Amino acid sequence: MENSHNVSHNLVSVHNLSFYHGQRKIFDNISMNFERGKITAIMGPSGTGKTTLLKLIGGQLVPSNGKVIVDGQNVQQLTRTQLYELRKKMGMLFQSGALLTDLNVYDNVAFPLREHTHLPESMIRTLVLMKLQAIGLRGARNLMPNELSGGMARRVALARAIALDPLMIMYDEPFTGQDPISLGVLLHLIKALNTTLGLTSIIVSHDVHETSAIADYIYVISDGKVVDQGTPQDIKHSDSDWVQQFMNGDADGPVHFHYPAPDYVDDLLSYSTH
Amino acid sequence: MLQLFQHLGHQTLSSFRKLGRGSYFLVNTLRGFPNILIRPRLLVNQMYSVGVLSFLIITISGLFVGMVLSLQGYYTLSDFGAEASLGVMVATALVRELGPVVTALLFAGRAGSALTAEVGLMKATEQLSGMEMMAVDPIQRIIAPRYLAGIISMPILAILFSSIGVLGGHLVGVGMLNVDDGAYWAQMQSKLDFRDDIINGMIKSLVFGCVVTWIALFEGYDAIPTSEGVSRATTRTVVNSAFAILGLDFILTAMMFGD
Repeated sequence: MENSHNVSHNLVSVHNLSFYHGQRKIFDNISMNFERGKITAIMGPSGTGKTTLLKLIGGQLVPSNGKVIVDGQNVQQLTRTQLYELRKKMGMLFQSGALLTDLNVYDNVAFPLREHTHLPESMIRTLVLMKLQAIGLRGARNLMPNELSGGMARRVALARAIALDPLMIMYDEPFTGQDPISLGVLLHLIKALNTTLGLTSIIVSHDVHETSAIADYIYVISDGKVVDQGTPQDIKHSDSDWVQQFMNGDADGPVHFHYPAPDYVDDLLSYSTH
Repeated sequence: MLQLFQHLGHQTLSSFRKLGRGSYFLVNTLRGFPNILIRPRLLVNQMYSVGVLSFLIITISGLFVGMVLSLQGYYTLSDFGAEASLGVMVATALVRELGPVVTALLFAGRAGSALTAEVGLMKATEQLSGMEMMAVDPIQRIIAPRYLAGIISMPILAILFSSIGVLGGHLVGVGMLNVDDGAYWAQMQSKLDFRDDIINGMIKSLVFGCVVTWIALFEGYDAIPTSEGVSRATTRTVVNSAFAILGLDFILTAMMFGD
């Protein structure tokens, strides 16, 4: 169970991180490492703060305690300008795609290039078409975001995320609500982009089978703590009953089917006593 | 009783907190202005959606307000045989008060609510977060051009409102009620002061433009990112803008015209 990753090989490291949302504790002293060139998955039930973790890595949120190191830089100690420079090396794929609704597919992918480079329009066109070709939507360049299916929108967002050739991409629930074909396309793309572009990928998901199929390393989090970590095989054969229930999707187990309630029979009969 | 104080304290604290967030937001927005000079296209696009698209409602309202002013003014002035002063009465009311105030109220309803809904929905659909993660500051890219467009548009719309209102007044006064055409314009020309009336009216509309657009953009940016949150923010924009316009109008009028 001990994390054997070599620290110098890690693009992202989270050290003793705690985070509170108001009074609620989201993370309680967690540590994680994300190795360069690998796909690392963070899995856990809904509401465990998986997206929050991505925002902490991206510097959109500040941890209550602990630190996040990305490419050797402590994210929380960076000035605004330095943080924005670092973010150019990070791509993020939001669950909704987060495409700019007033721009078409082409302009959405061109957006980061136009904002951060002074490339001539002819070169931007070539780059955009290359990115769109990689995700298979070169033919959809003139469509507006509201004309795209959910899967297509995520693919366009993926093309936009790799527009500046980042070091890493963070995927926020990339498989949620996808039909089998879109799911297959996304799985293929994430794996292929990771291999061909040498990216480091962080996937936040609760889609166990899809994520296990492409991840090199998995962290399972629950109640603000890392409950298990290892390769997909390690996790599959975890000793923890909770992890087994989560991975197999069992309706009952350490997480009970029933929300805590008074005795059923007593509850039914209690009407007459009121 | 204790609960009442607790509630009152909580409301006061949250109001001050919001004012603090709003001020911080305003300072950041103003710092984004130089960025617009590099890309004026962003401002032009917003001038179109904030200003040009408000043109129709402003001109139609201006026309009818001028017509009604003329009608009501005529009935009162004619009792004293002073219907020749109709032009100056209509113009003074429009340029000093109704032009800036009604334009600002209509602007809050038409453009302000649209700005809040647009920015709020951009937040709800993670477009603002997405921009931040692409190392693009949404305040510079989204908010600042809209704010400047609002500030520039408001005085122009107010001038249009007053001008069309004066023409509407002429249409009713001269066209229907047979007030002398020469008197309508001549009295207006001699009594209306450029600095005291027109410039002061424009200053008012400039202040309203700053405040209404600030409220609209901040409410959108600060909205709870759900459909209900955006809907509430939009309502708050219209209500708070109306209060701000009417309150500020009183203060500005007292400062400008109180001798």
